Amino acid sequence: MSLGLEIGDLALSRGGRALFEGLNLSLQAGQACALTGRNGAGKTSLLRAVAGLIAPDRGTIGFGAVEPARARAEDLHFLGHLDGLKTSRTAREELEFWARWMGGDADQARAAAAAFDLTALLDLEVRRLSAGQRRRLALARMIAAPRPIWLLDEPLSPLDASWRARLGGIMAEHLKTGGLILAAVHDPLPIPALGLEVGG
Amino acid sequence: MSPALELLKRETGLAWGRGGGPLVSVGFYAGVATLLPLATGPEPARLAAIAPGAAWTGLALAALLGLDRLFERDYEDGALELLALSRLPLEFTCALKCLGQWLATGAPLALAAPVAAIALGASPALAPLILACALVGGIAFAFTGGIGASLSLGARRGGLLTAVIVLPLFVPPVIFGGGALDAFAGHLPWRAAFALLGAYAAAAIALGPLAMAAACRNALS
Repeated sequence: MSLGLEIGDLALSRGGRALFEGLNLSLQAGQACALTGRNGAGKTSLLRAVAGLIAPDRGTIGFGAVEPARARAEDLHFLGHLDGLKTSRTAREELEFWARWMGGDADQARAAAAAFDLTALLDLEVRRLSAGQRRRLALARMIAAPRPIWLLDEPLSPLDASWRARLGGIMAEHLKTGGLILAAVHDPLPIPALGLEVGG
Repeated sequence: MSPALELLKRETGLAWGRGGGPLVSVGFYAGVATLLPLATGPEPARLAAIAPGAAWTGLALAALLGLDRLFERDYEDGALELLALSRLPLEFTCALKCLGQWLATGAPLALAAPVAAIALGASPALAPLILACALVGGIAFAFTGGIGASLSLGARRGGLLTAVIVLPLFVPPVIFGGGALDAFAGHLPWRAAFALLGAYAAAAIALGPLAMAAACRNALS
């Protein structure tokens, strides 16, 4: 079963305003692509369209041999600009819930927390965490429940320089194990990646 | 544990803490039940006559508390997107959220309902039926309430909008439940009204999640 991401002749509009049209992209397992473009160009909308949250005006989004609905339910991680974390719950509760929701388990959640240096913070409520720590917790979700496709919206923004480098290592490891990454960024990704300018 | 059970656990926990949870709902309910004799006068005969209906109406109002946050929090913090990207259908996810809401606030309110009715002067013989009506009606309130909560996603002052959408949907269960209690108190056949209440709750469980999932998808897109 080969999983990929093919976007063909995609046109998107939001609120009656055309964002872009004729967008093409093909990503294979092991490849990463950095989406660039000015604010409001449609990077986030493109990621949401790939995740199936919004419907494109025109064009196709395919996941290789896998049915789109199945790929979106089982093979894809979406990290939007919101972290999806409840401030009133502890980091452990949130990480373990999302790990199980996405097909992982408590052991994987523990390993993911360790990979993102969060083990000592797990018993804190999410509201006590800094923006960067919350981002790491949201990223740890992706390790806790392994899925091949990562859609990342500004994954680097609240992270400091050393964590950006460490995230690069984690991303490279993900690509090596057959994953693929599509990330909307303003700063260059810390790994070798294709580039695609949205809304040029 | 399966994802569905995990979600139910999480939703019940969140509803338990949301807006003060069951304590605030039950406290609000007790407040409504206390206000009533102050407004109608304390004659036991008059109070006893309206007690079941008053207890039942108060229950519908208390069910509104916390409802506006049912989907709003998840929508605001991005969790709703992640809940939507799952092998569980969004309809089922919405149903579990309503069930969690009912477990955390509807069930405690149902336990308080007979107490409030008897305190207002209703006959203790009514207590089992009040409890049964409150349990079944609470499910109807949670599942129709979820429709209002999901439809008002993204709206400013969504809480008020939720109440305005939901109160008309609360009319049938209030009529059926109140009718059953009235009939029972008057030694008339009450089973038909209670069965209608159950049918309304069943319809809310069957149809409500379809509307909620559609409203959530619309809010996310």
